[in-house]
Amino acid sequence: MGLRRHWGTGEESAVMRILVVEDDEEAAAYLVKGLKECGHVVDHAGDGARGLEMALSGSYDCLIVDRMLPLRDGLSLVSALREEKDTTPVLFLSALGDVDDRVRGLRAGGDDYLPKPYSFSELLARIDALMRRRNPDQVKTKLVVGDLVMDLLARKVRRGEIDIDLQPREFRLLEYLMKHAGQVVTRTMLLENVWEYHFDPQTNVIDVHISRLRSKIDKTFPTQLLHTVRGAGYTIRAVS
Amino acid sequence: MQFLRLFRTTTFRLAVIYLLLFLVAVLPVLGFIYWSTATLLERQVDEILSAEVVGLEEIYRGRQLAGLIEVVTARANRGDGALYMLARSDGSALAGNLKSWPVTRSDPHGRLTFNYRQRGVQGKRPARGEYFLLSGGVQLLVGRDVSQMRQVQRLILNALAAALAATIGLGMFGGVVTSRRMMQRLEAITRTSRNIIAGDLTQRVRLKGAGDEIDQLADNLNAMLDQIERLMMGMREVADNIAHDLKTPLTRLRNRIEGALIAPAGRADHASALERALEETDQILKTFNALLSIARLEAGAIATRAEPLDLKDVAGGVIELYEPFAEERQVRLVLDAASPARMRGHSELLSQALANLVDNAIKFSPAGGTIRVRVARRAEPPAVEISVADDGPGIPAADRERVLSRFVRLEASRNTPGSGLGLSLVSAVVHLHEGRLELEAAHREAPHGLLARLVFPAEI
Repeated sequence: MGLRRHWGTGEESAVMRILVVEDDEEAAAYLVKGLKECGHVVDHAGDGARGLEMALSGSYDCLIVDRMLPLRDGLSLVSALREEKDTTPVLFLSALGDVDDRVRGLRAGGDDYLPKPYSFSELLARIDALMRRRNPDQVKTKLVVGDLVMDLLARKVRRGEIDIDLQPREFRLLEYLMKHAGQVVTRTMLLENVWEYHFDPQTNVIDVHISRLRSKIDKTFPTQLLHTVRGAGYTIRAVS
Repeated sequence: MQFLRLFRTTTFRLAVIYLLLFLVAVLPVLGFIYWSTATLLERQVDEILSAEVVGLEEIYRGRQLAGLIEVVTARANRGDGALYMLARSDGSALAGNLKSWPVTRSDPHGRLTFNYRQRGVQGKRPARGEYFLLSGGVQLLVGRDVSQMRQVQRLILNALAAALAATIGLGMFGGVVTSRRMMQRLEAITRTSRNIIAGDLTQRVRLKGAGDEIDQLADNLNAMLDQIERLMMGMREVADNIAHDLKTPLTRLRNRIEGALIAPAGRADHASALERALEETDQILKTFNALLSIARLEAGAIATRAEPLDLKDVAGGVIELYEPFAEERQVRLVLDAASPARMRGHSELLSQALANLVDNAIKFSPAGGTIRVRVARRAEPPAVEISVADDGPGIPAADRERVLSRFVRLEASRNTPGSGLGLSLVSAVVHLHEGRLELEAAHREAPHGLLARLVFPAEI
């Protein structure tokens, strides 16, 4: 799988400054290389103390922090950062993948939590989502992708001239996709954010939900908006 | 060595304490026996003496000294152990069978105890007497030989002493024997435990069958050992299953990578081989994660708190998630919920457990089948339950018990897609919630279909 963002979108995200705090050299090298290939500016810290120092001095758009680090563990690093009123988005990486660990990570001030081993596409998608969360375009009442329009106040969806009738969950699914328009959204992200489940169902039930949604918003239209990104997830975008 | 250890044992110390208590109780009894036998004899002698003194006094009053001398002389010669001495005030004998006025000691009651010599008899003999002063300075001593009485008293004393010695001896012996027996039985338990520690888990402590405390202790130890052995077996089974569950896909993965390496470079299917390898890896990770979470659940290693929840909400969420998948498989998914079915629990874990059951049910249901998810309350004892019933082939009655034990999978399901650990995870979640998992046939006639029911204590 190429690391280049071949699913590059219409509204390409700006270049990000990312700090990777990870003690495992090989894992760090893999991350740094991958992120650089995506056009980001990446720094690396090998332990928690150095990581905190760099995070406080540099202005990063995002931190990727391993939970278990020498000198200062990831949780305490992020707690210290938050005490300094630093709100840089933090994505935790950890071999401890339980719901409990996740809760602990988020409580310490992390913004997202990705259990190891992770797929790179999942990591990229989550970083994009974090950045989007950080820079919310003013509170929107309307989401637009191409000729698809979602009215968040009236809870109505239209594509072109046609009203589309959606179930409540389908509405939330589409809302999440449209809020992340142009980004890749993974199945796990959908399960976590639309259904609020943090376990992996044995079957890819999300795919079926997507294909249902697709049949409502795409099927009878000449152009497709909802795309499957192989090995990663889905993205909604207008044809550019 | 053995003997020294004996003194240190608790049971021996207890035996000694019991012996002392026993002595405290026995000594007064022995004392009473002595008093009521030996001193009784003495009192009898004293009474006879008093009576005789009274009689002789009367004789003296009636018949004067001459009469008294006559009577005393006559009685003194009877040789029945009665002793007399009639003397003038200067001590010279007038009549009687004593050689001389004895050296006497008198006790508080005026009784005299003395030793006397008899004419023609060697040595002194013990006697008891009463002394009497007549008018005109004449003194009269009336006594009785008590050598026989003393002998009887000595016999009684000896017998009592022997009884006391026997009590102590038997008590000691009994204590030692009991404590030794106790010690031997405890020793046996210690020995067995040592063997078990050394690694022989099949050993068991032998019971005496008396049902006493030691037997109970041994029984508990054996029960504990059974449990440990079961757990060990479980562990071994888990290890075997993990090996099987991970080795098979790892082998496939390895083969795939190797195959791609051997194939001529630049072939188009390299990419697809890599992609398949990646999928395989994800599957392995899934299995690995499932195994890990089951192990953690089984160990109860959950930090988040159980919260009040309604099973109906759990069921609603999961059904909503699976409904499109069921429709795609042409299976009807029906929810029958009596609200509220409140309990305390981990909503996420319960959802995952239910998702596994529904997932399985959909996969095993034939097209056109129906899956019923039922949420209900039970009154007595207060419980809530959730059940999933399908129209699939079900699980043979003989295998149901087995699939519920940890990590056991039926051979048939081992090769179906998915980690196949679904039911094990359900079981672990149910255990964590102190509930129970029941499996039965969903349809009684021509038994088929699986009905899995989770029963939890309701929140009161």
